Amino acid sequence: MQQTDTIFRIICQIGAFLPLLLVAGILSQLCVHSTDAWEHFGLSFLWGSNWDPSVEDYGALPHVLGTLLTTFLSLFLAIPLSFAVALLITESPEWLNRPLSHCVDLLAAIPSVIYGMWGLFVLVPIMQEYVQPLLTDMFGLIPLPGTAWIWGEDGGGFGFLTAGIILALMVLPYMCAVMRDVFRMTPPMLRESAYGLGCTRMEVTRDVVMRYGIRGILGGIFIGMGRALGETMAVLFVIGNVMDLPSGLFSCGTTIAATLANNFAEATGLQQSALFALGLVLLLMSFSIQLLTRYYLHRVEVVRGETY
Amino acid sequence: MFRKAANQLLNLVAFLSISLAIGGMGWILGTVLCNGSNVLSWDFITASSKPYGEPGAGVGNALLGTIIMTTGATLLAVPPALVGGIYLAEFGKHSKPADALRFCANAMMGVPSILVGLFVYALLVIPSGNFSGLAGTVALAIIMLPVIMRTTEDMLLMVPNAMRESALALGMSRMRTTLCIVARCARNGLATGVLLSLARVSGETAPLLFTALFADSWPVNFFTGPTASTPVLITEYTTNSPFESMHAMGWGAALLMTIFILTINITTRCIFHENRH
Amino acid sequence: MKTDIKISARNINFYYGKNQVLFNNNLDIHANRITAVIGPSGCGKSTHLRIYNRIFELYRNQKATGELILDGKNILAPGIDLLQLRHRVGMIFQKPTPFPMSIADNVAYPLRLHYHLNRKEQAERVEQALRSASLWDEVKDKLHTSGMALSGGQQQRLCIARALAAEPEVLLMDEPTSAIDPVATLRIEELVQNLKKQYTIVIVTHNMQQAARISDRTAFFYKGRIVEEGETSRIFTNPTHKQTEDYITGRFG
Repeated sequence: MQQTDTIFRIICQIGAFLPLLLVAGILSQLCVHSTDAWEHFGLSFLWGSNWDPSVEDYGALPHVLGTLLTTFLSLFLAIPLSFAVALLITESPEWLNRPLSHCVDLLAAIPSVIYGMWGLFVLVPIMQEYVQPLLTDMFGLIPLPGTAWIWGEDGGGFGFLTAGIILALMVLPYMCAVMRDVFRMTPPMLRESAYGLGCTRMEVTRDVVMRYGIRGILGGIFIGMGRALGETMAVLFVIGNVMDLPSGLFSCGTTIAATLANNFAEATGLQQSALFALGLVLLLMSFSIQLLTRYYLHRVEVVRGETY
Repeated sequence: MFRKAANQLLNLVAFLSISLAIGGMGWILGTVLCNGSNVLSWDFITASSKPYGEPGAGVGNALLGTIIMTTGATLLAVPPALVGGIYLAEFGKHSKPADALRFCANAMMGVPSILVGLFVYALLVIPSGNFSGLAGTVALAIIMLPVIMRTTEDMLLMVPNAMRESALALGMSRMRTTLCIVARCARNGLATGVLLSLARVSGETAPLLFTALFADSWPVNFFTGPTASTPVLITEYTTNSPFESMHAMGWGAALLMTIFILTINITTRCIFHENRH
Repeated sequence: MKTDIKISARNINFYYGKNQVLFNNNLDIHANRITAVIGPSGCGKSTHLRIYNRIFELYRNQKATGELILDGKNILAPGIDLLQLRHRVGMIFQKPTPFPMSIADNVAYPLRLHYHLNRKEQAERVEQALRSASLWDEVKDKLHTSGMALSGGQQQRLCIARALAAEPEVLLMDEPTSAIDPVATLRIEELVQNLKKQYTIVIVTHNMQQAARISDRTAFFYKGRIVEEGETSRIFTNPTHKQTEDYITGRFG
């Protein structure tokens, strides 16, 4: 009997080792298949801004910047939104609370292609017809230097801002779910005693709930960041897929994931290797966010452990 | 006065945000429903997809491909994910190696799904020399594995220790305790985890783009040739096609997929919720 | 009152990691008697009990040293069949832990583990166990409903029935009534007194009246040491140690 237990334990252990193997496998495969590109371009691949298969010159900068820009835009839009939604969900009465949180969960379940399709057929025309002219007009009235630079070349509704909006809608439920769970974990007594002191809901939120749940809020933001960074389909449909450095919010561009999705199936030789190298860059970006999260959470734990 | 105004402002912002989120969802679902319901018919579901212009085209092959790949991925991913989750929850609570494994599982969950596609391309497509449904299945399984593993761990940890102790105290082996008692206590949660991740991967597109690819045929060459799937069909028909009728078929497929995924989500949540009380 | 010694703990020390929580425990458990283990919370009485069936081994970094002799054999020695040991030494926990299955299956579970019985024998043994746990009359009509649907006191008696079904020799009870209302507690106390004819019982309790009511012998724990042990009547009327007296008269704890 005890022998079967040992065997059982070993089998379980093997199962648990799979993610480690997968991580190592992905990392090594991407490295192996991208060696050509690294040998050919060296580290300057990272800041090369050209992507031209006809002369076999490849650089990662437009893709990396595009990825960072869409991620930043989506977080900029989604953080306040998801914070407010999570807050409303936790503070609202029971009959409203349940359906609202289910709605948010369902929003997370909708596959990203559908977001992409909706973006392509609904959001892009709207951006082109109304939002972009409106924004240009509004800011055009104020003669500020450099506003033209903000909007950039007009992509006809496609472009970074559109991608950012779609991504924001996509990552919102993830961030919101994490924040909601954290807010719910605030001990009711703590919250009640703050209300008992005569605080308004905003003050309770700012001084009690947020302080108590800061860890979860940042955790939620990191999760959203990770998703926005690697999201392919929703971006692919609306980004415009132009391999140039981003020139403004309305301009077309690309992200690492979108470039991969568009070009990989037909690529051969050096281009394929360069695409693998892009994949490696994306993987490292994703891992560094993970590590950052872990380090941050660990540090918070240590600080908390000392202060409480 | 100022405090009250600020508070009102916060309420307003919160209300606006949630209407935006829910409204966005309603808008998306509404668009899918409006555009998709026009083309839905029995033939649309059962006929195979065809190149543009040929009459009698449907999405049956893509639906079948998705069903096969998703089921295959579930079969591949669930057993190792369950035992791995058992290890993390039952044997590795405070040990350094288990922490490292847990971190790997988290890191795997965060890996962009398109990179999983690249990985499987390098692992299966390059050596075998062709795209295949099998490669797509493996890619989906890789995405499912860490998700189910972590859910399993969380669900098993929610089972009180007293349950483990009383099972062991009756003279049960660790294996029996875990499989017959602890897993049984957590079965609702485990089923929810598996079903939800199944629903999630059934809508995954990026990892299939260069593993399963797409084909206008029934999935007869599952092991050796490109295999159609619903999400890739949607992508093909909307981004790579200028024709209105293709777009309409894309919407139809999107509607079917949304119905499938939302049904799984809603029913699982309802069942799980009832049983918890 | 002369009886056999069923279990004898000798020089037991216990560690949580580097933290020693039991010091040099020596205790004899008499066969077919109820031994009560009392003491303030955190004094190590539950920990002591959990050594008797080595359930503490579920957790890494918990370690016991010393000797625990059960019928002449040291059960802390390596090579002891744990499953066999736990078959002989049953345990009841603080909170009722019915398994997520029907009442009958709950009781039949240990039978399936340790015996090969046919359907009829199994049903008989289930009934017998439920009768000894004085639960039979309450559940005989709903044997196939979930064990989770019973009240707290019934759940605890179900757990006792489940432990009895395996026919153990020793029954360990770790504050079995702490999560249960007073009326149900009295029923369980009655039950425990009836059970001592067949079983050797060790019961941890924080309730001194309970110890005085039901036990034959009492051991008083304080800060991981056994301060005093002996016949219950003597401990409660004429304690030799100041600490025991203080605790019993309610001056601390």
